[in-house]
Amino acid sequence: MAQHNGMVEKRGAGLWLTHLGLIIGVAFIFFPIWLAFVASTVEQQDIVRPPMPLLPGDQFFENYSRALTSGVNAPVARMLVNSGVMALGIALGKIVISLLSAFAIVYFRFPLRKVFFWLIFLTLMLPVEVRIVPTYEVAANFGMLNSYSGLIFPLIASATATFLFRQFFMTVPDELAEAARVDGARPMRFFLDILLPMSRTNIAALFVILFIYGWNQYLWPLLITTDPEMNTIVMGIKQMFPSGDDIADWPVIMATSILAMVPPIIVVIGMQRLFIRGLVESEK
Amino acid sequence: MATVSLENLKKSFGKTDVIHGVDIEIEDGEFIVIVGPSGCGKSTLLRMVAGLETVTSGEVRIGGTRVNEVEPMDRDIAMVFQNYALYPHMSVFDNMAYGLKIAKVPRAEIEARVQTAARMLQLEEYLKRRPRELSGGQRQRVAMGRAIVRKPAVFLFDEPLSNLDAKLRVQMRLEIKALQRELGVTSLYVTHDQVEAMTLADRMIVMHDGVADQVGAPLEVYANPQTAFVAGFIGSPPTNFLDAGRVGGGPAGAQVGIRPEHVRLGATGKLAATVAYAEALGAETLVHLRTEDGAAITVRQDAGEPIPAEGASLHLDWSPEHQMVFGADGRRAG
Repeated sequence: MAQHNGMVEKRGAGLWLTHLGLIIGVAFIFFPIWLAFVASTVEQQDIVRPPMPLLPGDQFFENYSRALTSGVNAPVARMLVNSGVMALGIALGKIVISLLSAFAIVYFRFPLRKVFFWLIFLTLMLPVEVRIVPTYEVAANFGMLNSYSGLIFPLIASATATFLFRQFFMTVPDELAEAARVDGARPMRFFLDILLPMSRTNIAALFVILFIYGWNQYLWPLLITTDPEMNTIVMGIKQMFPSGDDIADWPVIMATSILAMVPPIIVVIGMQRLFIRGLVESEK
Repeated sequence: MATVSLENLKKSFGKTDVIHGVDIEIEDGEFIVIVGPSGCGKSTLLRMVAGLETVTSGEVRIGGTRVNEVEPMDRDIAMVFQNYALYPHMSVFDNMAYGLKIAKVPRAEIEARVQTAARMLQLEEYLKRRPRELSGGQRQRVAMGRAIVRKPAVFLFDEPLSNLDAKLRVQMRLEIKALQRELGVTSLYVTHDQVEAMTLADRMIVMHDGVADQVGAPLEVYANPQTAFVAGFIGSPPTNFLDAGRVGGGPAGAQVGIRPEHVRLGATGKLAATVAYAEALGAETLVHLRTEDGAAITVRQDAGEPIPAEGASLHLDWSPEHQMVFGADGRRAG
């Protein structure tokens, strides 16, 4: 075995052991997902009767089409759309609002600027769970129960994203803003033409994080939606469990779980490309 | 093209006064260099002309019109920044064209103007590149191209060469000078480098602690400095200062300034000194001496003259017409 061959390069047994360790780790994490997938391709009886099968069955299309078109309470296709609208709404809304507020805080001198910044920062300490009762009250009074606006708006303000963009804007040299000013760009023009394209890597990263945040919302949709047609998929899975002695339709529930995982994965993989491109292209 | 006038221009940040009243009339097409050490207010002065800093009191006029309250874009100026301030996500072409696009100049004319500027600056083959794919000198050219395409009345340069290495700085200095001659645009150029000031300026403004100590043609300023500060700042190695009492040159508290090239070393002379060390630079030799009361003196000799040994005792001599007397307040007294 080669010794002192640099820190990165490893050969022989060391290499295999590392890979073995990684493979075991991945298998360990992946196993439950595999089980869920297997369960979504067999019949109800196969799941209930031990031992549980470890290889996919032949009911894939039946289970998934049943889930997508009828589901248990509402068609999963419908829930996917609801979740998609909510996650996109939250992610895009948060990005737009925090970009604009960070722009205001960094580039404009107005009275109480610091106060406003700290007010925004303060909301970090008040996540949805803490302010859920008053927020529900407000949403209900605005007639936003069972609506997309009710799902999106209460979650849309984001101190984290504002803070992140603020930090990024502060690293942008002042001369750039001044050059744009000399070039004749008014503030919003500077924001759209220069700041926004320069932030696209940050925007891509935030979009991934915020989309998943929105997609995985559980408590808020549970409260704000009573109509099964407005259920989001993450809370919808829970709603599929029967109350009392009814039999749970495990293949459909598992198919729903797998379907719930697909959009975040697509977003992560899709944005990863943009993300890396952004990293490579952005200035030093 | 236009004249620029500064009239009793003052600037304070809060309670701190940064610029204590500067007056100057800049003629059409003139190349003015504002030179001074860091913190003397030279950049602030330029930024007030640009409109990036508000004017506390006094007046800035461009082409005879008061522009104190006018936005930078409407002042008909273009500025080149120290760190170039290129838009990192735009190509060289777009960087140069941005100001014109905002001004809604027709597409064909933008194309033509950028091409002309690119040809002047030898940037034609780089038009599609991003700023980070260019070298420092090329970036500097793009920044200048961005200023040229706007065809402004006044160019403002804020230490444009200080991020470049020494060799490139000399080259770009010549290019800037040639370009300004060719275009004939009134220019204000800020630098802390007195060599840049000497070589570029038609007239230079030497700033010191927020005051314009002297305004004049470079050689005039060099030969005839009005304050001790200017005498010490302009010229390298700097002017030697001696206590006037010791050399019998003036009233108490006054100083005598004498440039290194005007001091002769010999067996007899006005003042005795010991050679500390000598730096032979090829074309010339700098001899550093110490007088009896500890004052450091630098003498510049031609390479042909003998180099004195370290520790040798010599006398300094100079002719009276080269002697500059500065009063206790630092002002020229004779």
